[in-house]
Amino acid sequence: MNERRAWAAIGLLPVLFLSAFFLYPVGAVLVRGLTADSTSLADIVSRPALRRVVWFTFWQASVSTALTLLAALPLTAVLANFRFRGRRLVRALVTIPFVLPTVVVAAAFVAVLDRFGLDRGAVNLRHTVWVILAAHVFFNIAVVVRTVGGFWSQLDDRQEQAARSLGASPLRAFWEVTVPRLKAALLASTAIVFLFTFTSFGLILLLGGSRMASIETEIFRYAVSRTDFATAAVLSVVQLVAVLALVVVSTRLQRRTTGTERLAVDRSTPFTTNRQRAAAVLVATATLAFLALPVASLVERSFRHGDGYGLGNYRALTERVPLLPVSALRALGNSLAFGVTAAAIAFAVGGAAALFVALGPKRLGKALDLGLLLPLGTSAVTLGFGMLIALDEPPLDLRQSWIIIPIAQALIGVPFVVRAIAPVLQSIDPKVREAAATLGAAPWAVRREIDLPLAAKAAAIGTGFAFAIAIGEFGATSFVGRRPGHLTVPLSIARLLGQPGEALRGQAMALSVVLMLVTTIVVFLVDRNDQAGVL
Amino acid sequence: MCSKSRSIRVLVSLAVAITMFASACSSDDVGDVATATSGGAESTCFADPGIDPIATPTGDLAGTTITLVTHDSFFVSEGTLKAFTDETGIVVEQVAAGDAGQLVSSAVLTIDNPTADVMFGIDNAFLCRGLEAGLFLPYEAARLGDVHAELAVDPHHRVTPVDFGDVCVNYWVDALPGAAPASLDDLTEADFADQFVTMNPETSSPGFAFLLATIAKYGEDGWEDYWSGLVDNGVEITAGWSDAYYGSFTAGGGTRSVVTSYASSPPAEFLFADPPVDAPPTEVLFDSCFRQIEFAGILAGTEHPEAAAALIEFMLSETFQSDIPENMFVYPANSTIALPDSFVRFGATADDPLIIDPAVIEANRDDWTERWTTVVLR
Repeated sequence: MNERRAWAAIGLLPVLFLSAFFLYPVGAVLVRGLTADSTSLADIVSRPALRRVVWFTFWQASVSTALTLLAALPLTAVLANFRFRGRRLVRALVTIPFVLPTVVVAAAFVAVLDRFGLDRGAVNLRHTVWVILAAHVFFNIAVVVRTVGGFWSQLDDRQEQAARSLGASPLRAFWEVTVPRLKAALLASTAIVFLFTFTSFGLILLLGGSRMASIETEIFRYAVSRTDFATAAVLSVVQLVAVLALVVVSTRLQRRTTGTERLAVDRSTPFTTNRQRAAAVLVATATLAFLALPVASLVERSFRHGDGYGLGNYRALTERVPLLPVSALRALGNSLAFGVTAAAIAFAVGGAAALFVALGPKRLGKALDLGLLLPLGTSAVTLGFGMLIALDEPPLDLRQSWIIIPIAQALIGVPFVVRAIAPVLQSIDPKVREAAATLGAAPWAVRREIDLPLAAKAAAIGTGFAFAIAIGEFGATSFVGRRPGHLTVPLSIARLLGQPGEALRGQAMALSVVLMLVTTIVVFLVDRNDQAGVL
Repeated sequence: MCSKSRSIRVLVSLAVAITMFASACSSDDVGDVATATSGGAESTCFADPGIDPIATPTGDLAGTTITLVTHDSFFVSEGTLKAFTDETGIVVEQVAAGDAGQLVSSAVLTIDNPTADVMFGIDNAFLCRGLEAGLFLPYEAARLGDVHAELAVDPHHRVTPVDFGDVCVNYWVDALPGAAPASLDDLTEADFADQFVTMNPETSSPGFAFLLATIAKYGEDGWEDYWSGLVDNGVEITAGWSDAYYGSFTAGGGTRSVVTSYASSPPAEFLFADPPVDAPPTEVLFDSCFRQIEFAGILAGTEHPEAAAALIEFMLSETFQSDIPENMFVYPANSTIALPDSFVRFGATADDPLIIDPAVIEANRDDWTERWTTVVLR
């Protein structure tokens, strides 16, 4: 009885959070749109143009996800299995693309195309789907490396060693022993990357010119440019249904794959052969080079000042530019403050949810997990506008308050925290806990000594990621409306890029570089390894 | 083990099938999802709303706090709104709500419980959308007499003009392949093949203004042919102004020397040049200019109509109006204001800009953008 009440209390926090800040706003705006007079809804749904848009959205999301996995897995394998100097740095560097605002990424990719002459003549990639796919991979490699890598690095490797000693080649041991054990994490990260690319907005809009239309860009077009909330609502529902279907399928597949695993705190070992080291260096270099290319063009541009190179753009950031209501430093402070708050909220809500999902009642846990994933697959316009009309009266009169920004950011961060912690908790063999109890440990001591060390590392990874997302975020909160004093770095960059003038552009690039640096440092620090003295 | 590998195999074959299928019928059309219901010829936009205008504020309003909602490009110097507070005791909190389209859409969405008391930034392209939705309360500003006559578009004063600018084709003088363009017709000539970049009217406000310019110039029956001509001449379409100006245009290192931008872009290029220059690198094609007017209005549902009216008055005052040019790069509506040096030397507005009645814009907007999409993007 006590236990049931305890679980109810734990589960209540994420359920309330999700209901108040997601289900209620989205429900409100969808009801408003769907009950509006105008065109018949059946009419809207049956248009061939809608089917084309839905198809394209699915196609580009699937291919982006597949490519991301292909690109990310080699590096993930290296980071999880080998310990080497610079490992933490590499992991932090991989996260950088994820925090870059889409405006900046789009600008960087255009610059790369220009530098390699790929936007004219025989091979013209400008405004093609290939640039969009490349940009999606660029963005989402971090998701796979961190979620799969985090879990993988904690898998005890005795099963693989047993297979090896029985004569299996390394490749066979990997394919037949490791991959099945990784399935849960793989499926989880695949689902997340698919959701992100499915609802991708900025990149498709900016890199696709106007010829690519996804469900998300169409929702924006109808809600914002045409004030046609009915069509936008129908499209949102289609999007939500697609997302729900995907999540249900992925959960079904995951159910069959989770078993208990023996977990180590860190499975990595130093290189044992030169060939391993060479292969690892090759993989890390290749992946980082791909990520570095657009970033390098940004960095180079940020130092271009006057007739040559210099720190002028960076110096300008400390003063107040005419176009921005606050100085860039203040915007950075805002971004950090919001990011920390969002990460804290995501940690509290996600931590409770992970406990519930991993160790609480099974069916309710599944439902909660599904529910928490929905914000990733919901249009930012829908959510933002929903907050605007729903959160307008006490006790939830928050639409003008600063807190709405980290809340909206946390909605996206929570699933990451859950997905980082829950698999770890689920994989702890209950027999280990029972053994501890037999040896005399009280229940809370069992949790503290067994679960906590393993979960803490996963929690750090997940929360760090939630922070990175919050810092680079640009989505739902831009539809709620903000005070000038709350200006964040991504918005500042967007505004600087919104006016003619080389000086402003240089400052936008400099600000992007600062954003990248700050994130790398924070993520690097959060990524604590329990092995002392190892980078 | 068997069932697990089976499910992988199913997944993989499904994925492969989808990819092969999809690449066989790749679809990247911008489709239209809803039927266009272009408004009838009868527009209710400027009809009498039947609401009594708010009286000129007289009493002491000190201590009131009002909210001003604007688009993201609103900017005034630090002391300006503070000067208003010092003068009247009214505190103004400003909230930014996205671009002009978003500003109007979110206001329509929250009309029953508005987020602010005053809106600034609705422009002539969106004006009738706002008026027909009943967003504003009428108020006749005292300084309306100082405003350029053609800007006060609403006879019932539900909105007050605050600034104006022209959306015009800009060109980078040194990057042109030949002579400078003298008229819109030149852009379809061989001299300007693959030189012009402009924006999608549905996702970009200047892009829409340029479309309106072509409709005003070539008429309902001629503008689609003009755009076919542009397409044949290699025009590039981007989603937004930044990726046109900083992506494809010479300013961003691109290959195109002609872009849709603002009449105030040359002064901005001059002011923010790095390294500093003696004269702007760009010039304006005045034949292509479309007038954009920005308005402010008191939102219906406000709890502080008198304080809101005081703010509207302030927006036409010298303090506010003279702050506008070098912050927002548009021209003050108040004709008595002196312009800053950069505007006097390098800025200009068209003497005879292209205009279309806001009611006509609203009635035909969806139809025009659909037809544009058909001609240009398909």
